[in-house]
Amino acid sequence: MTNTQDTSTLKMTARNVDIFYGDKQAIKNVSIDVSMEHVTAFIGPSGCGKSTFLRTLNRMNDTISSARVTGDIRLDGEDIYSSSMDVVQLRARVGMVFQKPNPFPKSIYENIAYGPRIHGLATGKSEMDQIVEKSLKRAGLWEEVKDRLQDSGTALSGGQQQRLCIARAIAVDPEVILMDEPSSALDPIATAKIEELIHELRGRYAIVIVTHNMQQAARVSQRTAFFHLGTLVEYGETSDIFTNPREEKTKDYITGRYG
Amino acid sequence: MIQIAIFLVIGLALVGFAVGRGRATAFSVGRTAAAVRPHSRPNHHGAHVLLWTLVPALLLLLLSSALVPPLVNDAVLSSLPAAQRPQNPMDRAALLDEVRSIAAGESSGGFIAASNSLVPAYKVASAKFNGIATGLILLVAVIGGLFGFSRVRPDFRARTKVERLTMTVLLLASLIAILTTIGIVGSLLFESMRFFSMVSPLSFLFGTHWSPQASTGAAVDVTAFGAIPLFWGTVFIGAIIAMLVAIPFGLMSAIYLTQYADPRVRTWLKPTLELLAGVPTVVYGYFAALTIAPPLRDFAVSIGISSASSESALAAGLVMGVMIIPFVSSMADDSIAAVPQAMRDGSLAMGATPSETIKRVLVPAALPGIVGGVLLAVSRAIGETMIVVMAAGLAANLTLNPFASVTTVTTQIVQLMTGDTEFDSPKTLAAFALGLVLFLVTLALNIIALRVVKKYREAYD
Amino acid sequence: MTEPTTMKRQPTDWKSPDMVQRIKRRYAAERRFKAMGMVAILISVAFLAFLLISMASNGARGFMRTDVRLPIDFPASTLMVDPASFKGSSDDVDQLLAGLDFEGPVAAAAEQAYGAEGGALLADSAWLIVRDAIKADPTLLTRKAELWVPASSDVDIAYKGEGEKPMRDRVAAMKQAGQVTSGFNLGFLTGADATDPTIVGIWGAFKGSLLTMIVTLLFAFPVGVFSAIYLEEYAPRNRWTDLIEVSINNLAAVPSIIFGLLGLAVFLGLFPTLRSAPIIGGMTLALMTMPVIVIAGRNAIKAVPPSIRDAALGIGASPVQVVFHHVLPLALPGILTGTIIGMARALGETAPLLMVGMRAFISAPPASFTEPATVLPVQIFLWSDEVSRGFVEKTSAAIIVLLVFLLAMNGLAIYLRNRFETRW
Repeated sequence: MTNTQDTSTLKMTARNVDIFYGDKQAIKNVSIDVSMEHVTAFIGPSGCGKSTFLRTLNRMNDTISSARVTGDIRLDGEDIYSSSMDVVQLRARVGMVFQKPNPFPKSIYENIAYGPRIHGLATGKSEMDQIVEKSLKRAGLWEEVKDRLQDSGTALSGGQQQRLCIARAIAVDPEVILMDEPSSALDPIATAKIEELIHELRGRYAIVIVTHNMQQAARVSQRTAFFHLGTLVEYGETSDIFTNPREEKTKDYITGRYG
Repeated sequence: MIQIAIFLVIGLALVGFAVGRGRATAFSVGRTAAAVRPHSRPNHHGAHVLLWTLVPALLLLLLSSALVPPLVNDAVLSSLPAAQRPQNPMDRAALLDEVRSIAAGESSGGFIAASNSLVPAYKVASAKFNGIATGLILLVAVIGGLFGFSRVRPDFRARTKVERLTMTVLLLASLIAILTTIGIVGSLLFESMRFFSMVSPLSFLFGTHWSPQASTGAAVDVTAFGAIPLFWGTVFIGAIIAMLVAIPFGLMSAIYLTQYADPRVRTWLKPTLELLAGVPTVVYGYFAALTIAPPLRDFAVSIGISSASSESALAAGLVMGVMIIPFVSSMADDSIAAVPQAMRDGSLAMGATPSETIKRVLVPAALPGIVGGVLLAVSRAIGETMIVVMAAGLAANLTLNPFASVTTVTTQIVQLMTGDTEFDSPKTLAAFALGLVLFLVTLALNIIALRVVKKYREAYD
Repeated sequence: MTEPTTMKRQPTDWKSPDMVQRIKRRYAAERRFKAMGMVAILISVAFLAFLLISMASNGARGFMRTDVRLPIDFPASTLMVDPASFKGSSDDVDQLLAGLDFEGPVAAAAEQAYGAEGGALLADSAWLIVRDAIKADPTLLTRKAELWVPASSDVDIAYKGEGEKPMRDRVAAMKQAGQVTSGFNLGFLTGADATDPTIVGIWGAFKGSLLTMIVTLLFAFPVGVFSAIYLEEYAPRNRWTDLIEVSINNLAAVPSIIFGLLGLAVFLGLFPTLRSAPIIGGMTLALMTMPVIVIAGRNAIKAVPPSIRDAALGIGASPVQVVFHHVLPLALPGILTGTIIGMARALGETAPLLMVGMRAFISAPPASFTEPATVLPVQIFLWSDEVSRGFVEKTSAAIIVLLVFLLAMNGLAIYLRNRFETRW
């Protein structure tokens, strides 16, 4: 199914991944590649397993005790489920942005500084200030908040909160950023800003985005994967998927016949 | 006599219910067209008759139980020649008490000479007035029942009436909470005012010398009611020593239970921990005094603290702290559980370890709730009585030494109230003043704590 | 996006020794923190276990009584009474027995059997057993008899392997000779308070607790449930309702001793003759328990989904019918659970009852709600104050009885919650 062996550098590879919740199988035999400087979109109807799969890429499923993952998922060729892979480092390298903005009830500054601080990425106050400023700039939030860095992160608007969460993820210098429907809780204007931001961030990171919104997938992604009932139905260049899907199911979905 | 009246009234009421219901059933049957359908069900009509029989009669019963004894007493006393009548109200009450118990067959003879001779008079008067009361009560029940019955008609809205009474009863029940609060504040204030008319509030609140046992009889030493040592002892045991145990243990237990423990372990550990809160305080007090205090004293003596007491602040405080652990734990548990899962995910997704997430995100986010819980715990600890009565001392010391004996507000209330029972001495009244202070402080703590917790809950809703 | 070059950072090298070291430290901190949590909870549970075990090991012996064999030659004793005079009603017999001196003959018999200190081997109350034996069988008076009478606390303790060495040896010798034995102390479950620890019982206090709890339940349950219904279903939102709510929330947290002061000032002020009576104690505890029932009741009522109310209203039920026919039955398990928990708390409560005088020495179980009584926790408190060593194990034994009842009540509450509570 992986037909995307072009010039881009492979960042993450998943091969024959099955995911179980207790006895229930949520993902069946999925193989997929994620490349640097690309945005990969996961689309599909609710409950198709796209978010579940996304969460295995930085092992957030570990927090659910009944979840079990088999198969082979590699980051830069290193098995992320092997015992030598440290989950704390993995999550620093593979950041995540959630559906609902979830800033910590701390100041804007402390929200950004949290990650670098726990990972020991800054040696002094001035370096931390630099990281905070750089992260906020990259997330396009600096101009809006630079005069009120000590205000609470929860006092921002929904769209600003989500950009704060993106800045927070950027601050630990990740290689991959996973986004789980990052704009589904936002209004159209805030959504547009997030999409613009994803577009800008693409140059530095491998981005994986789960979305309900097919227009959004078409707008922001270069590759698209279509999930249905826990299986990966089709994966390819976004333009191909939307204009010339190979599978009948994909066609039905993007033309709005179900989902 | 009165018991018979009650049974008769209840019997009449049941008869009224049956008759009213029967009549209503008779006109209900077969008439289902909306135009003539009765408004209320037969049961409502029956209940309406029942209430008319019961309620006025019972009200009269209450009234008569308040009026009859004084009437009987007057009759009994007036049968004595004027010269023999006791002048002192206390003597009069004692005499009448004896007469009553002889007449009831509870005792065979009285200490007061006159009591035996008064028994016949008492019996006559009692029979007369109780008889009148019983007759009146039955009469009212019958009249009420007949009136209720006369209103059983298809168009009569019995249900509305019955339901209105139900609502009134519900409202009255909920007013009892206010009455209780008023009763507490009123009785504490009233008795405290009497105390403060003898001892100035300033010397009570700010005096450092407490030895009320020194005032005997009429000689009141107003300087012996300085409550500062009591306040200090209460704070030392309840808010300092007990919290030094309860906060770390309670918080860490809650964190372990909510964040680390396997769900199966949690379903066993949590109720087990809560058992600690279900053990009666008198058991803790006994345990503290018998099992904890002696080794603590021996230990203190062995490290050279010769003033160590077997009724140390430490023993009482430690055990009280253990008692409070489940309380702090469940408050902390609730507060941490109220922090949205998204916070935890957000932190873990950045590569934080669970402990870093707990220490830097969850606990700070839950802090208002935890602080509120601790305030409630403090309020509970300073109001706790039996542990300190049994394990802490009676010596009102102002000391920082945890091995020394200190006394607390609640200990002193018990001490003052259970010594002798003369109700007018400043010794007993002081207990009410202490109670007032305790009530106000715990009230303030509770109000602040509930407000903090409520605000915090709103922040995540 | 353009950035000043000064802000450029090297990509994080996760494999550098510093980073590896740091990760190690973080994981060590993680393990320490988790261990701290586990230790905290284990210590708490260990304390509970220690408390229960120490009560159980002390108290188990309180259920045992040591008896000494006492041979008495009644005709030869100083007991001057004709067996034929045991006639008539039991009142007459009691009157007759009350006029006799049993202590002298019993002590003499003990000295005869066990030497000069023989009297010290018997409990102070041994003569009561002798008297009761004679009452049961007056023909004893005509012959020599052997009776088992309670041993003194010293013998009791020595029999259980503690106390002074000489006494232990003595008791061991007596045991060899079959002169001393130990058995289940039924009297502890059927008797009342006494000055002699060997014959005390908890039935008196237990019955007092029972009567007090009945009063508490009769007052607190209807008032609590009615208030909960009113506040949750009918109360308009206004200042009065807020006042009621604030009152209830605060009453739930008022120290129990304050309720005792209230009972003392109000109830005893109104009915001074009922001092120490279960009805006063029960009403005092009812005021304390009522807020617990109201709060539990409101939560249970709140948990009944509004759709059920809508459905009933929709077919023409009146608001009162909705509540009494639909909401209340569904909320009842929750209300009962809260009630049992509140009652369990009231059962273990001591301080307010001390205030209303239920600490009197009561040597006979109370016969009615208006007679002086004591309750289990207060009995424990009173016994714990006794200096006599024999009371230590009796106190623990009474604690065991109290704890068994509290556990049973809490268990019932948990069972009800699991069995009947519906998840909507």
